[in-house]
Amino acid sequence: MESKLGLNFELVNQARESAARVAKDTQNFIDQHTTVTVERAVCRLLGIDGVNEMDVPMPNVLVDHLLETSLLPMGAAWAIGNAIAETGLDPQAVAEKVDAGELDLSKIPAHADADIRAAIMPYVNATMERINKNVAQRNAFLGEFGDKEGPYLYIIVATGNIYEDIIQAKAGAKQGADIIAVIRTTGQSLLDYVPYGATTEGFGGTYATQENFRLMRAALDEVGREQKRYIRLCNYCSGLCMPEIAAMGALERLDVMLNDALYGILFRDINMQRTIVDQYFSRVINGYAGVIINTGEDNYLTTDDAITSAHTVLASQFLNEAFAKEAGMREEQMGLGHAFEMDPAVENTFLYELAQAQMAREIFPKAPLKYMPPTKFMTGNIFRGHIQDALFNMVTILTGQKLHLLGMMTEAIHTPFMSDRALSIENAQYIFRTMKDLGSELTYKENGIIRNRANEVLTKATELLTEIEKLGLFTTIEKGIFADVKRPKDGGKGLAGVVTKDEKHFNPFIELMKGRVAQ
Amino acid sequence: MSSGLYNTHKIDFDTTLDLTRLKPYGDTMNDGKVQTSFTLPVKDDERGEEAARQIAKKMGLEEPNVAYHAPLDKEFTFYVVYGSCVHSVNYEDIHVITVESDTMSMEETNEYIRENIGRKVVMLGASTGTDAHTVGIDAIMNRKGFAGHYGLERYEMIEAYNMGSQVPNEEFIRKAVELHADVLLVSQTVTQKDVHIQNLTNLIELLEAEGLRDKFVVCCGGPRITHELAKELGFDAGFGSGKYADDVASFAVTEMVKRGMK
Repeated sequence: MESKLGLNFELVNQARESAARVAKDTQNFIDQHTTVTVERAVCRLLGIDGVNEMDVPMPNVLVDHLLETSLLPMGAAWAIGNAIAETGLDPQAVAEKVDAGELDLSKIPAHADADIRAAIMPYVNATMERINKNVAQRNAFLGEFGDKEGPYLYIIVATGNIYEDIIQAKAGAKQGADIIAVIRTTGQSLLDYVPYGATTEGFGGTYATQENFRLMRAALDEVGREQKRYIRLCNYCSGLCMPEIAAMGALERLDVMLNDALYGILFRDINMQRTIVDQYFSRVINGYAGVIINTGEDNYLTTDDAITSAHTVLASQFLNEAFAKEAGMREEQMGLGHAFEMDPAVENTFLYELAQAQMAREIFPKAPLKYMPPTKFMTGNIFRGHIQDALFNMVTILTGQKLHLLGMMTEAIHTPFMSDRALSIENAQYIFRTMKDLGSELTYKENGIIRNRANEVLTKATELLTEIEKLGLFTTIEKGIFADVKRPKDGGKGLAGVVTKDEKHFNPFIELMKGRVAQ
Repeated sequence: MSSGLYNTHKIDFDTTLDLTRLKPYGDTMNDGKVQTSFTLPVKDDERGEEAARQIAKKMGLEEPNVAYHAPLDKEFTFYVVYGSCVHSVNYEDIHVITVESDTMSMEETNEYIRENIGRKVVMLGASTGTDAHTVGIDAIMNRKGFAGHYGLERYEMIEAYNMGSQVPNEEFIRKAVELHADVLLVSQTVTQKDVHIQNLTNLIELLEAEGLRDKFVVCCGGPRITHELAKELGFDAGFGSGKYADDVASFAVTEMVKRGMK
């Protein structure tokens, strides 16, 4: 693709190399550590599910036991494998015996490494087989119906009740939505467990549970068959349970996951060591399960200024790309994020938005970019809001954004009504139809506002990445360089759940999944 | 589509403005014209259209005109309806409670604090409870502020602390005591099922239980917050949309002086 912006690709390479070195440096830390949720995700992938009498999820029961008995550095796979080698029980039965107080995993003599692996592998393979089948099923649907060309229309449902969500999601799909995201209930990101079962109560969203995933998946497959389109399901792989949500998503065939390397640190005050380790395993799983991840750079612009801080968005996209590569993910699954959030009162901001979007398109040519609608400058004036969304839609079709999160005219008023979504879809379809090939007809003037803006943002982002490389990632975040938010290395939530791995620690799923995609 | 869009009826109502009988205005005084849109959970046909018309009549709209209807799903239809509202209100009798303080600029507020309080004022803000949205509290507190109104962090005579989102009320109060805060600012964005009311009430109850209510000027804000609601819940002031850091700061410092807090 010829650059419409005359971008300086030497700077692009320089920025990409800086980001890669930052990620590599951080990867050394990641490789030496594990966390409670990483190990709970291993439990889930080994088939441990359900809750005990106190409603504690069984993966938590088991991992809490590992933490109490100082076995966590060995990892769940080692501990459960060792228990299987000793008792012949399956992983679920091991967890149940631990819960009943009938089994203390620290009292079991350590078996030989080879025996432990032999004991655990049948369960590992069974799960790999299930995920392979899920991916094959997705590919079969896409083969049968074809995949959508042009932007995927992405809508959210957020009633709090999974059954009500299903009604809204099906209506949205029929109106033309390609991706349905079920917003999580406010507060779930800070729970250090994943709730269990179908849920009907939530604030501003619906609990992410494996059963809710399954129910929505079935509903979208049903409406997809009717509509002869594959409807993708999206959820939130963020917060204190990133890898567990990824595991649940792989088991229930989710297609898209919010999954940012830094979001939890900056916006949920989750400890940075915790998030950085958690994001790695979650991305290995998402990578294998063929899930498109969405990164959260758009959020920077809700706390920071979109005009003056545009380069932090680009710098973060480079970092998210680098971390995803460290987790073995293909570029085709990296839904790097950005947003249409500039102040409508400022002249020429549409040109700056266009420059930013086109720049992201050219710098990350294979990535299915995620583009977020205006929220910060939505005022309650639904009539202007609908026009702001129209301008946002124009940028997407002009610059080839892929995951297009539809803006709602009633943003800042309420969670969308069914009619809000329909009007929004109609708006986007109108613009995408009538301006389909406008982007390929346009070139941007040399030394014009758009080209100059893009190159200025690129230059600043490259400089910032050089600085981050010197500081290291953790210090960068401590200094508040991203989103104007400062987080201390030992502050925030969830640090107690991070431990240094023993040399015997192993994670069979990373071994099998990293760098591969199920077929 | 065009039938009914052009009104050729003779005007048979009094077109002089009477504030004791106030009505919506379309293009003629007292025409009562309003627009509304809604969805009915029925299929899109003539019967549904008539249902929409009847709903509009029950809402008090005379001669309702269903200008547009379209199916959202098999059993859901969207309607856009225009009509003339039969109701009126007495504007003369309406009294609302609003925050009574003149909004000062940042410099004026700084000067006011220097003269009347003589030390930096400590303001602590957070989006409390389960609310994960920081957009409101950030708009008030972040240095950059919002829509051209600088945030509290930029005020020379204000020491501003923003705890961010999802802060439990207990933790918020603990921090307020630790920092010797003068002013507490609570932002609530999520209002589904009135969760914000419970949470705001809970904060005041906790403050009262610990005998701390009088030690702070306590304000809340958010898109669904009105000053009247805030007062009802036991806050000193409430700030809805369209209010900025300068409004909040002006109120808080004058309230401190009024109460003799030094």
